[in-house]
Parts: sequence; structure tokens; C-alpha cells
Amino acid sequence: MPLVPAITDLEQLKGHPAVARLLAWNRAAVVEVKFDREEMTICVDRGNIREACAVLRDDAECAFNFLSDVTCVDWYPAEPRFEVIYHLLSIPKKERVRLKVRLDSASPAVESLTSLWPGANYFEREVFDLFGIRFTGHPYMRRILMPEDWEGHPLRKDYPVEGYR
Amino acid sequence: MILNMGPQHPSTHGVLRVLLEIDGETVVRIMPDIGFLHTGIEKTCEAKFYQQVVPLTDRIDYLCPMTNNLCYVLAVEKLLGLEIPPKAQWLRVLLNELTRINSHLVWLGTHALDIGAMTVFLYCFREREDILRIFEMASGQRMMTSYFRVGGIALEPPLGFFERVREFAGRFPEKVDEYENLLTGNPIWMMRTKGVARITAEDAIALGATGPTLRGSGVDFDLRRDMPYSGYENFKFKVPVAQEGDVFARYMCRVRELRESIEIVRQALDGMPEGPVKADAPGVVLPDREKMKTQMEALIYHFKIITEGFAVPAGEVYQAVESPRGEMGYYIVSDGTAKPYRVHMRAACFANLQTLPKMCEGGLLADVVAAIGSIDIVLGEIDR
Repeated sequence: MPLVPAITDLEQLKGHPAVARLLAWNRAAVVEVKFDREEMTICVDRGNIREACAVLRDDAECAFNFLSDVTCVDWYPAEPRFEVIYHLLSIPKKERVRLKVRLDSASPAVESLTSLWPGANYFEREVFDLFGIRFTGHPYMRRILMPEDWEGHPLRKDYPVEGYR
Repeated sequence: MILNMGPQHPSTHGVLRVLLEIDGETVVRIMPDIGFLHTGIEKTCEAKFYQQVVPLTDRIDYLCPMTNNLCYVLAVEKLLGLEIPPKAQWLRVLLNELTRINSHLVWLGTHALDIGAMTVFLYCFREREDILRIFEMASGQRMMTSYFRVGGIALEPPLGFFERVREFAGRFPEKVDEYENLLTGNPIWMMRTKGVARITAEDAIALGATGPTLRGSGVDFDLRRDMPYSGYENFKFKVPVAQEGDVFARYMCRVRELRESIEIVRQALDGMPEGPVKADAPGVVLPDREKMKTQMEALIYHFKIITEGFAVPAGEVYQAVESPRGEMGYYIVSDGTAKPYRVHMRAACFANLQTLPKMCEGGLLADVVAAIGSIDIVLGEIDR
């Protein structure tokens, strides 16, 4: 499939069920949309991510009932520095959508999704461990892959590949 | 009482540490502790060219290297917008299903060994050896194959490869009968697995379980059939589902998958298309050795790909494939250079492991071993 330019115009994309549902729910929560390489990305305002996921999960039209993945990208030195990425999957509709939240380096914290999907637990701990993003409302916000006494967050771009020591 | 199981424990399949709070023989609370095998592969990927990441992907899940190869190259091909010739796609499917059989054989052997059935282990590793020899024939390596490349596969398989696979596919189904003879109707096996470590479909979905762990609870979802990739839409196969959600249900799902996989291998052999095994993309795919020695242009491309890689248009993709353990996903972000800006691997067992407390709490201590075996964890993939 040859590459076609990404569509970022909200008007063209509002027919997509996930975008339509979020716009109907709260117009201000949708910051940006992008349709690129057959994948839909919706950037959501940081305060609304948990409710946005709940809306998409419980809506019968979308039925994004499965949280595939939570991860993060560090755009150092740009601001807002962090993008937390959520991949939702709809098992009945066989569809995927990607949600994004942008966080600045001063207060990298976002609401946890563990109350919606307990399975978010490990993924959010991993993002906390490797990027230093805090998830408020998480039941056990501790390091998961690195040792307990490790300094720094290795997947940040200002962390050297060889490590500090 | 608090009991510490692992990280060096034969039934944890690697370096998994499990903290158990027990009351007599009953498990009150269970907490997996992971990270002992963390090697920072995601960070390493950011310092490599796109083609140099392929050997790293093998090492994430050493029981299904080809699945990881496939998932990574599919993601990069999606970023590049590259069209792959049909023969390469079919070969990828063929090798992937052999990998699935290979991985399930290791699972079946070690899982049975954990519960006390020694013989199955020897039987399974006998057939696994045949598959590893097939891999060695194609790629030169038994386990860390690194056989797929962005834009196709590394080399045409050697003469006699297809005959060998056909011969294996011909005799494998009766070997599965042998395993089933040993286990499926066996009263000891049934007592150790039936009704043990149950999980409901709602819990499995909420906890992010995929693959046989999800299908064993009655959710009929398989990425190969439901969101096909790499030409899986051309193959006819059934997706085994079991309703009970216990260890036995997950066992039945995987054993039936063995039969379905060999069926896919047979279809791939019968319908193998003719043609090249690499895409026509000179800036991305390494030229043939012969051309490199006779054509100036090919030599230049070869030099450029090796020394400075190939630039990938900026963007992001998430590509998921059905690995033997569930949904294996690669999320790759490109900033337009020859090195990936971010590579994230969504490991199936990482999420599947979260189902362990739900399965074990309230059960017997001896069943923890059966539950861990039935999730089919690979610590290399969990810790990355």
C-alpha cells in the first residue's frame, strides 16, 4: 500500500465512529485527530482521558472493550515533552484506535486507567518506571522492570544509552 | 506465611519470582515480581538502524523468533508503504506456523513436566528438533533465526526445503495423537487441570489477556482471522475456543492449534506462489550478491544501506500479530531518519501474567505451578 498523506482535518474525520462519539460527548476534549497509514489517532485533553476511554468502552457503536497497550514517547527537548499513548481494541467490531495525551515536563502526571481496565496496571507501572510519568489513582505505583533503587528513567531521551554508571 | 518462589525455580520457566501469602495449603495472595531479565532492548533499538533491529527482536521471545521478526518488519513496511511479493508473504506464513508449533511443543513439554508427566517432554522435544533443523536449513540458525528482512526475506530457501517441510507436515498429526494419548484422557492429568485456575471471559478481557489464555475462556478472537496480516486471509483454518476457562481448556486450545497450524503449513506448501522473495525497493532491500559484484548501481545501494541505513518517512504505526502467546504488537515512531525514534513492544505474556492472581487466589499451592504453566510465559518477552 503506497503512502498517502495523513488526514488531520477534523471535518473530514468526524464520520469515524470513535471521533463522532467523542465529539458528541465533549467537543473540547478532542485536541487533534489524525488518520495516517490506515490508523486513527485521537489526541485527548489530559484531564479527560479516563472519561474518554470510559465513553469509548461503554458505547455500543464503538465497543472498544479491550486495552491493548499503554506506552509513552519522549519528545525532549520539545514541549509538551511526553506523549502517553493508549491503544484500544474493539473485540466485537475488530477495530483499533489510538488515544494520546500530551504532558509537559513540569508535571508529568495523568489519571490512571486501572479503574476501567485492571490490566492497565502493569503497563502504567512500566511507563512510570521507564519514563517517570505518574498515574494518579494507580493502586501500586512502583518500579516494575528496573531495580527498586535505580536512579533515573532509562527510556527518557536525555538518559544516555550506556547509562549513568 | 509468606513464601518466596523463584527467581530460580524450575517451574517458573525462566526468572520469574512469585511472592505467595499462604494459609496452610491455600493461596491467599500472590504477587509476581518481574524484571530480572530486563536488558533495555527498547532503548537499544533507538540507537540502531532499522535493519539492525531485526536480530534484537529474536531475542525478545526466544521461543518464537519468526513471529517477532514478522511483527517488526510488518510495522516498518507499513511505515514505508512497501508492497511485499506474494511468495515472501506465503513463506512468512509458513515459517510462522512452524514457529507456533515449535513454541507450543516447548510449552506442552515443560507444562506437562511441571505437573509430573515426564514422557511428554521427551516426545515434544523430538519433534521440536525437526522444526529447528528446518529453521537451520533456511536461515543457518536454529533459534535466533533473524530470517525476515524489511521488504521480504533474507534469502530464497535452499533446495530440498519444501520437500523437508512437506515430509514433516505429513507425519506431524499422528505425533499430536501421541501426545493426546498420553494426556487428554489421562485421569491424573484431568484431576490436575480440570477446574483449576479458572478465569472468566470478563476478567480475561479486563486484565488484557490475549491468545489461548483468552480463547480458553470462551472469547473467540484471533488476529490471524479477525484482522489478517501478511496474507492470512488466503488461508482456511479454525480458531479453537474452549468455554471452561481452566487449565484444561487452555491446554485443549493449544493442542488443537497444533493441528490447525500444520494444516496452514500444508496449504502454504500447496499454494506457494512463484516469484521473487524481496520487494523491488533498491533503497531499502539489499541487492543480490551476484548483482552487487557485477553492477555499479547495486554496489552503491549496498554500501549506502549498510553504512547509513535507509530513511523512513515520519509517522507512527502499531502492528499486531497473533504470536503463540497472544497479541504481539510493535509500536514504532519514526522521525524521518534512518534510526527508529521509539520502538515499543507490546508483549503478550506481560499482560497475560496479570491474570495469575485472579487464577490462583483461593486455590491450592500446588496449582500455582499448573496455572503458571498454562499461561505459557516467556520471561524474555515480559522483561525485554
